[in-house]
Amino acid sequence: MSDHTNGESKSVEILLDSTLESVDLAEAEVLRVAGDAGMAEEDQHRLSMAVRESMVNAIVHGNRYSPDKKVQLKIRRQPDRLAVEIADEGEGFELKSVPDPLADENLLRQSGRGILLIQAFVDEFRIRRRETAGTQAVLVKYLNRES
Amino acid sequence: MSVKLTVRQVGNVSVIDASGRITLGEGSSAFREAIRDLVNKGNRKMLLNLADVSYIDSSGIGELVSGFTTTTNHGGQLKLLGLTKRVQDLLQITKLYTVFEVFDDESMAVRSFT
Repeated sequence: MSDHTNGESKSVEILLDSTLESVDLAEAEVLRVAGDAGMAEEDQHRLSMAVRESMVNAIVHGNRYSPDKKVQLKIRRQPDRLAVEIADEGEGFELKSVPDPLADENLLRQSGRGILLIQAFVDEFRIRRRETAGTQAVLVKYLNRES
Repeated sequence: MSVKLTVRQVGNVSVIDASGRITLGEGSSAFREAIRDLVNKGNRKMLLNLADVSYIDSSGIGELVSGFTTTTNHGGQLKLLGLTKRVQDLLQITKLYTVFEVFDDESMAVRSFT
């Protein structure tokens, strides 16, 4: 793990194994940083849920639990927001390829709701293909604002 | 912390009291096995008490849905009791409030089973 401070922003970077334990670690670290930043408790909960969902996507769908692949977690604290970046080493995916979990024909599907929850719980959400391999998800939660 | 499940009977309704977190891994698989076990033993009226569930992720939601479809496919009913505000919000976001019958009162929930 590494910590950096740059002017008004601080960042934490951690390289995690592709295991479910890493989901718990990521959640704990995000809660720690969010708490230190003074984020409201309910916003902390929502951000941590979104981070868990994104970590699961990276580990299960991106890296497919491969012991040879890592998940890069970066938490950047800025004066008005927390930005969490989660990057895997998988094959990448297109957001538009994810079936709409709110469509009537998909309501009773067992899976496919992760992205929906992420989008509901953070203020900004972006996905991009990494230059090397895999996907980077960026989750942004504003500070001092109940959502 | 994973999920803890206990089952009790109220008349012919199986009430599953859950506490903890229903998340991907141990938590969600324990829940799945509990429902399947009850269905395999012939139980057809199931009330899932979530009052002490602090956290459900999308995988946990998926197991609720799977439990619902397993039960209804066997001619039974699965209903929910005691949702916290956070879990209510999840069901709203995922539109699953239109699927599950939800109750705040156990006796009312038990009486609702046909």
